[in-house]
Amino acid sequence: MSDYLLELRHVNVSFDGFLALNDLNLSLVTGELRAVIGPNGAGKTTFLDVITGKVRPTTGDVLFKSRSIARVSEYSIARLGIGRKFQSPRVFEKLTVQENLELAVSEPKQPFPLLFGSLTAIQRDQVQHLMSIVSLQPKARWPAGSLSHGQKQWLEIAMLVGQDPDLLLVDEPVAGLTDEETELTADLLKSLAGDHTVLVIDHDMEFIRRLDTSVTVLHQGHVLCDGSMDEVQSDPRVIEVYLGSSEVDY
Amino acid sequence: MIFKSSTLPRWALLLIWVLIFAAIFAAPSILPVFRLNLLGRFLSLAIVALGIDLIWGFTGLLSLGQGIFFAIGGYAAAMYLQLTSSAKEINGIPEFFGLYGVQELPAFWQPFYSPIFTLVAIWLLPALLAGLLGNLVFRNRIKGVYFSILTQASLLVFFNFFNGQQKLINGTNGLKTDVSQLFGQMVGSANMQKSFFWLTCFLVILTWFLLRWVVRGRFGDVLIAIRDDEPRLRFTGFNPTLFKTIVFAMAGGLAGIGGALYTVQSGIVSPQYMTIPFSIEMVIWVAVGGRGTLLGAILGAVFINYAKSLVSEAFPETWLFIQGGLFIVVVCALPEGVIGWLQNGGVRNLFTRFGWSTPIATYPKLQNSGIDEVQP
Repeated sequence: MSDYLLELRHVNVSFDGFLALNDLNLSLVTGELRAVIGPNGAGKTTFLDVITGKVRPTTGDVLFKSRSIARVSEYSIARLGIGRKFQSPRVFEKLTVQENLELAVSEPKQPFPLLFGSLTAIQRDQVQHLMSIVSLQPKARWPAGSLSHGQKQWLEIAMLVGQDPDLLLVDEPVAGLTDEETELTADLLKSLAGDHTVLVIDHDMEFIRRLDTSVTVLHQGHVLCDGSMDEVQSDPRVIEVYLGSSEVDY
Repeated sequence: MIFKSSTLPRWALLLIWVLIFAAIFAAPSILPVFRLNLLGRFLSLAIVALGIDLIWGFTGLLSLGQGIFFAIGGYAAAMYLQLTSSAKEINGIPEFFGLYGVQELPAFWQPFYSPIFTLVAIWLLPALLAGLLGNLVFRNRIKGVYFSILTQASLLVFFNFFNGQQKLINGTNGLKTDVSQLFGQMVGSANMQKSFFWLTCFLVILTWFLLRWVVRGRFGDVLIAIRDDEPRLRFTGFNPTLFKTIVFAMAGGLAGIGGALYTVQSGIVSPQYMTIPFSIEMVIWVAVGGRGTLLGAILGAVFINYAKSLVSEAFPETWLFIQGGLFIVVVCALPEGVIGWLQNGGVRNLFTRFGWSTPIATYPKLQNSGIDEVQP
């Protein structure tokens, strides 16, 4: 009935009376690249938790491919095609770069196929391909824990892509990266949009500007406004929540 | 620990295997019957330790209740052996029933007339029970110390239950197996015990190969991923509950096999197998040998138990202190256990500390160019 890949309808999340998300409405079209910004405590991470099934909405509904996922388990949501990159890089540190990616591309993700089956030639090629995209091929056999912060960020993005999700949720992908790495990450995410729908959450305005896409501003668990980066930055309400109270004369 | 493929050198592995096989073949002719019997018992415990290594060393599930599954395997074997030699007893049922005025064999004993049922029950009953208990716990996302406490509480529940059931399984006295007949011989006879020793050795090696296959592939990678970051794995599309249930059931099954072998070699099974200290000891064997190294689990179980029996013979009061000290030393100095320490270049690091060996360079190129140290 809708062309939206993801739709949040009147989502409320309450933690002991505190409304982390307050009547949140948001929808993503297939192939879109969307940036979400907001001051600290705006509910950005809770917003991702609700989509990925880590937190259940108190009221309201989350639709993915026109199907409600508000009560579906995390791993089922992941299998439906939603991949998530965490704020701090979370890779499996004791496994090698290659093993990390092999888990991501494994299909089906069930015990017995994993025990008795082996990766197909296509999957093995994909692992090599992903490693070359993020320039980690020389470190294929290194434990992921020995990588630098930036390399872990990229490995996690590569794992996310390896899962081949329809929707990628990317939480602060450039935190702690060098300028050069930030630029490369922005280009990487832009190249992913189109084939995938990508939702990026970040603080870094320069990075968001570089993504050159529509921006949604969250504030107190609610969508404050959306539009292009320039429109959003000149919106008085956005300036207010970022810079201070309405008593300031702007 | 830069590269993951840091295993023992090939010659060392080969040497270890040669020694193991030589020991197995030579043991019955070298060791007195009593010592051979002890070694066989300790090797049975090594099977239990391998199971613990699978769930703890690889998957991060610290179970303090493996004694449940160990004892159930033992009881299954003992019930069969009681029945094989009870035909000449009063009512044709095991002797102890007479003490409590039981006239008729309880129904759940009936299937244990069948040797095939018994052989399957030894591992399947504990595996099913572990799978059931595990699934209930894992499904509710209980982990870490809460999981450990629950397993210990379950152990206590089973211990008390088995202790109190005189009319079903002879309660606190347990079931004796050594005077039972099997293949026309007494189970406790030297000849029989030698066969059990071979069987145990064979099963230890089989279990070792089986688990090596399990942990080396992508399945094993998932287990390590569960240990290190379970929520992350969920968002990758894996259902950790399923994997944890399977390995916990496997460890339960292995504990059952170990328990059955231990029972037939020690001549009795009793609720003493379900005491809390014994299940904690099992964990210590794995910790000392090396969590996450299969060889470490086997060697830990055998050597600690051998040390225990030797020390206890000489200085009966001191063993507990030595065991406690050993555990503290391992936790403080060798957190990866002895085998883990060896695998991560422990000997070289020790030599370096004494100045007998040059440290591994952080920047080898600089060393080659004649600069001794990089100044900060």
